[in-house]
Amino acid sequence: MHPFTFKIGGEAGFGIMSAGLTFSKIATRSGYYIFDYTEYPSIIRGGHNVMQVTVGTEPVGSARMATELLVALNQETLNLHQEEVPEGGAIIYDKEQKIDVSKVPHGVHLLAVPFHRFAREIGGNILMRNTVAMGAAVGVLGGKLQILLDLISEEFAAKKPEVVAKNHACARAGYEYVRENYPNNILTVLKPRRLPPLRPAAAGHLPSGAAASGLPLWRDRGGQQLVVTGNEAVALGAVAAGMQFVAIYPMTPTSNILHVLAPLQEQYGFIYKQPEDEISAINMAIGASFAGARAMTATAGGGFCLMTEGYGLAGITETPLVIIEGMRPGPATGLPTWTDQGDLQFVLHAHQGDFPRIVLAPGDVEEAFHMTMQAFNLADKYQTPVVVMIDKCICESHWSVPAFDYGDYKINRGKLVLKKQKEYARYALNADGISPRALPGTGNHIVANSDEHNEVGYSNEEALNRRQQMEKRMKKLEMCMKEDMPEPMLYGPKDAEVTIVSWGSNKGVILDAMKELPNVNYLHVTWMSPFPTESVKNILKSARKIVSIECNYSGQLMSLISEKTGIKIKSNLLKYDGRPFYPEEIIEKVNSLSFRAKPHGGAKPRNPLTFKSQRSSDSSTRASSVGMTT
Amino acid sequence: MSTSQQLSTPNMCTWCPGCGDFGIWTAFKQAATKQGWDNSNTAIVAGIGCHGHIVNFIKLTSFEGLHGRPIPVASGIKMANHDLNVFVFTGDGDCLAEGGNHFIHAARRNQNITVILHDNAVYGLTTGQTSPRSPKGFKSKSTPQGNIEEPLHPLRMALAAGATFLGREYAGNIPQLTELMIKASEHEGFAVVQVLQPCVTFNHIYSHAFYQENTYAVGPDYDPTNKVAAYEKLLEWGEKQIPVGVLYQVEQPTYEEQIPQIGKKSLVGQGARKREIKDLLKRYQ
Repeated sequence: MHPFTFKIGGEAGFGIMSAGLTFSKIATRSGYYIFDYTEYPSIIRGGHNVMQVTVGTEPVGSARMATELLVALNQETLNLHQEEVPEGGAIIYDKEQKIDVSKVPHGVHLLAVPFHRFAREIGGNILMRNTVAMGAAVGVLGGKLQILLDLISEEFAAKKPEVVAKNHACARAGYEYVRENYPNNILTVLKPRRLPPLRPAAAGHLPSGAAASGLPLWRDRGGQQLVVTGNEAVALGAVAAGMQFVAIYPMTPTSNILHVLAPLQEQYGFIYKQPEDEISAINMAIGASFAGARAMTATAGGGFCLMTEGYGLAGITETPLVIIEGMRPGPATGLPTWTDQGDLQFVLHAHQGDFPRIVLAPGDVEEAFHMTMQAFNLADKYQTPVVVMIDKCICESHWSVPAFDYGDYKINRGKLVLKKQKEYARYALNADGISPRALPGTGNHIVANSDEHNEVGYSNEEALNRRQQMEKRMKKLEMCMKEDMPEPMLYGPKDAEVTIVSWGSNKGVILDAMKELPNVNYLHVTWMSPFPTESVKNILKSARKIVSIECNYSGQLMSLISEKTGIKIKSNLLKYDGRPFYPEEIIEKVNSLSFRAKPHGGAKPRNPLTFKSQRSSDSSTRASSVGMTT
Repeated sequence: MSTSQQLSTPNMCTWCPGCGDFGIWTAFKQAATKQGWDNSNTAIVAGIGCHGHIVNFIKLTSFEGLHGRPIPVASGIKMANHDLNVFVFTGDGDCLAEGGNHFIHAARRNQNITVILHDNAVYGLTTGQTSPRSPKGFKSKSTPQGNIEEPLHPLRMALAAGATFLGREYAGNIPQLTELMIKASEHEGFAVVQVLQPCVTFNHIYSHAFYQENTYAVGPDYDPTNKVAAYEKLLEWGEKQIPVGVLYQVEQPTYEEQIPQIGKKSLVGQGARKREIKDLLKRYQ
């Protein structure tokens, strides 16, 4: 089926996020795939919050411009979003709240549900209006009420039974109200279906070698799906990878990593530390890692500004460290709660001087999970910091994914020395640039030094020594390229009219757009440093038309490709307003480049899941309703 | 167990002849020898400044980090492996200017580390600028017309922030400084030893003679457990008025002992293991 978009909006503090997540879970438990996306301002209360959920019968990875079903909890939601509802779409609102529907576009169905009255009368609490609204949404979308009731029971498991009972009653009231009053407007969007059984990942979870070219758009692996954000995936990956110490100073969009980790620390035996600032966060993590613990820190671009001196400290002292860098629009405070990909060149060049920087950029939740796990092994193996960059659309959007399969993962702690050696030198020169790493307390004399140092670690400013130590450190990148860096991923046909190049969460929207663009392929870059220069060069050399798509002003991946391969990409689609791309924008851009990339027939596919013109007396479309309803 | 000989390194000491750092270095080596601090049980962290060079002159496991940041590195080491004795060597610029934030927060957490504060009241390594400890009126390359700022008092700050051991000693009183370092290390909690360290090259006010004349040891009648009395004692500073010794000491739970997941074994002792998260994933269905 063509993806369907559900959107719920209201004032901050109305519980919009939690209602949206409930919807995502209902859709997933009903056998569908979801991608959700939230918009909210950087304030605590008041202000407009909205969450939208894309529902599909195959995996989806983007938000849409059109909203087929809008649940408006207040007037502002209607004012801001009514134009997004296409003809045949519907808006659920509370007629009794004196909502002005005079500007709702013609052909849009208005489904009036008294969620405020039901919340008061049945639930005894106005906050339960969301529950009524969710019941109504499940009702009109042909969903199973029991799935919503189960989710309510799980959410309020720790509360008194009467809280659960009242919420159940509110959900049922909303559900039954729409079934009785709008019997002709019931769709099958959430009609329970069976997902295909789980298929194992073809060649590991992270692409490598030949598997990386001509990949199908979405690897629909079926099976029981999880509803997970990128922040949660990172946190879960870190726990699975044996992380022992993590210091995070709160900052949007990565604060949820700490919200997941902090309550798990006792059970799983790691320490989460909230430090006084990001400088302390990275230095604490470096100290813990020097002592021998697998260590991580996470922040956003602004926090990473403070971490840059620690980034290089980990580089020269050769201390393993995983850094999660969440991107939001800068500079300075910028747009704190919106999305962006403007930190790439910053992270690649952060800190003065040269040291081996490993920088990875996952493009979805599954990649975020596996790359976080991999980052710990890379950090230990190469004794250097590894940055994992994720944009807000990965951090805070929920995606449907099969339960993470990390059975093949083996912890690699690299050249760790736990016994006393006869002679020990922390920075001993050897062929691969990686010296044995003894841990404090093992009886070995270890000197880690931020000054340039000799093999023992003592400060040393001699020219020959400097050259040897610098070359030793930089050699690690060559080895990493040979032993660990996979080929970049090429989705879609090998031979295409247009080749899109992009990274990060754009993967989702590009693959979604490509469902309607048969002559297009997509080069998904996840390794920024070291960079897969040869493969990218080969793919782009044979490409007919290349377009770079990025959420930043200057085309930072484009610059990186130019720097590494000498190939200058002439076409680009750049967005820097804090909003993610919509598939429609990508289709339009590609079509402007190539006539042959257009879908067969060129016609816009009709969405079969629109509300039919209704006959029920109580329902109205704007074509026939009066403006102000009371 | 180490001997002073075993603690020495092949590197030539680069401090100026007469520098107070020699006294700190000697006292610490004596304390280490006496207490058996060695590479099986001890780690030291230094910041950047003249003091930081100590990592080159003492054969103990060490981490020389960034200017102002030794305390967070030491905190990380202690949380990861609380079996280690962890010492921070820091200067007044390092600890109070660049690293002031870390100093007060580590104090309020009562992390079980010992901070040796090399207080020479001037920037030495960068050849003589005013520091947060330089007295008012101090003339230097950065304040040629005289310092118009008031100096910070690190022990008053640490007391206010929640440190549980505060000591002070003149760098030239090596036996007393040795004993003070041992007491600070034996104290369970955040311990600060302010070492009055003459900089013979750039600070001609706080000279050896100045400290020899103006410091006095607190007597046996002084009660270091009384916070108000301690604060009053710390207000003393000036001619014949600089108290040294243990100026404050109380027992409070340390940060590390309040972390249940390291109650039996340190994180490093537990080792990094791949974890099963199947139950955790169920929450996301």
